[in-house]
Amino acid sequence: MQYLLMIYGAEADRASATPAAIAAMSAEYATFTQNIVKSGHFKGGEQLKPSTSATSVRVRDGKTLMTDGPFAETREQLAGYYVIEAKDLDEAAMIAAKIPGARTGTIEVRPIILMQQEDLQRFGRAS
Amino acid sequence: MLATLIRLVGDFELAEEGAQEAFEAALARWPVTGVPANPRAWLVNTGRNRAVDRLRRKVTLRRKLKQVVAEAETVQQPDLSAVEGEDIADDRLRLIFTCCHPALSIEAQVALTLRIICGLPTAAIARSFLTSEETMAQRLVRAKAKIRDAGIPYEVPPREVLGERLAGVLAVVYLVFTEGYAPSAGDRATHPELCAEAIRLGRLVDHLLPGDPEVMGLLALMLLHDARLDGRHDADGELLLLDEQDRSQWDRERIAEGAGLVERALARPALIGPYGVQAAIAALHAQAPSAAETDWPQILGLYEVLRRMQPSPVVELNAIAALSMVDGPERALQLLEALAARGALAGYMPLYAARADLLAKSGRMGEARAAYGEALKLARLEAERALLERRLRLLGPA
Repeated sequence: MQYLLMIYGAEADRASATPAAIAAMSAEYATFTQNIVKSGHFKGGEQLKPSTSATSVRVRDGKTLMTDGPFAETREQLAGYYVIEAKDLDEAAMIAAKIPGARTGTIEVRPIILMQQEDLQRFGRAS
Repeated sequence: MLATLIRLVGDFELAEEGAQEAFEAALARWPVTGVPANPRAWLVNTGRNRAVDRLRRKVTLRRKLKQVVAEAETVQQPDLSAVEGEDIADDRLRLIFTCCHPALSIEAQVALTLRIICGLPTAAIARSFLTSEETMAQRLVRAKAKIRDAGIPYEVPPREVLGERLAGVLAVVYLVFTEGYAPSAGDRATHPELCAEAIRLGRLVDHLLPGDPEVMGLLALMLLHDARLDGRHDADGELLLLDEQDRSQWDRERIAEGAGLVERALARPALIGPYGVQAAIAALHAQAPSAAETDWPQILGLYEVLRRMQPSPVVELNAIAALSMVDGPERALQLLEALAARGALAGYMPLYAARADLLAKSGRMGEARAAYGEALKLARLEAERALLERRLRLLGPA
């Protein structure tokens, strides 16, 4: 199965972190990523720019509406994500627990519905 | 050898497991029987057989789980007296860990366990937890969907997390028991059928994971409380305090069984946990000829151990009640006021009831009356209210 691991953390904490702390955190993430690439679990993942850079897009009555910011104000914001391959939720949760951000924030673990290969080919032909 | 096995079995993981088992079998057998003429062929053959066994087990497990999880209504109650094969026992243990998986809400864990492991009908579970059958059915459907969609495994957790996951299973079992022993809502003082189910679950886990001191501790704790369930209320169904109970009504056989389990659990004191200590306390109460002849100093000591293991204001409150029997109500009252001043138990009815009892024992009747009044305001259950009103009446006219 594939899982999306969404890393939520308080952006305020990140903004006030010292350069040394940021460097240490980056190094931890690099090590973690290398480890799950090596173990074959890694499928993808990136860090995101802060939620102040977010734009929400909605289409209503055929009109596209753009608004500043994320959909909801929350204490923790989405800071990055990984897509992993894991045999079950226990394995996915074990990997999520090793994400450095799990110690200060929250990792939301969501199973991904994978499109069948033939679906992808059909979409490919249609476009 | 492994490559051969992979080809024969057609599954990498299965082949690896088969190979490992074949080597283990060889290590056990060859020193006795001698090395076979063609060791590699022996290993491949054994490995394939083991892999096929595993596959067969997996297939039957999957089929069984499909039946159990998707059509819970058709599942029979597990018959513990039946002699069961090791793999069936394993399946059942896996299923318990699945139902009590921490990714499910505690309400869902309880509902699934009662439905799927105990085989209780949805309507009965709903009645016990004072919800509608529809709500309970929906909770079960959602929980089963989460198991499927989130990929919650049907596995006994690996050794490194087994302890904490087992603690989760025991918490579910104990929650079922306490809901039966002291329901959180409703007009009934007890739900004996929930106590019975919890004990059945405790026996099942003890049977599947024999020798675990905390499993034995929990089972003992439940047996020792359950043995005294009938003595807890009088003929009119009113709750009685420990010193008011007719001890001849206690179930001596259950008490003996529980006390025996406590002794076995205490044989490995390093592994004793909070359930074992609580069971030891319950055993002292259950074996005492009367409230006055109870070994209160030892109970107090055990509460001290429990408080260190599991610091909580509720444990402190219980320890203070025990202390009042050793050092008298005045000293206990001082400690109780200090505990109350910390505010952690604000609004917790038993705190006010304990204060009222201690005040009454100290002869401070006016204050005791006021404290019972406060406790009455906080009582949520009819049985609790009746007990407090009776205690209040026993103080005599104001």
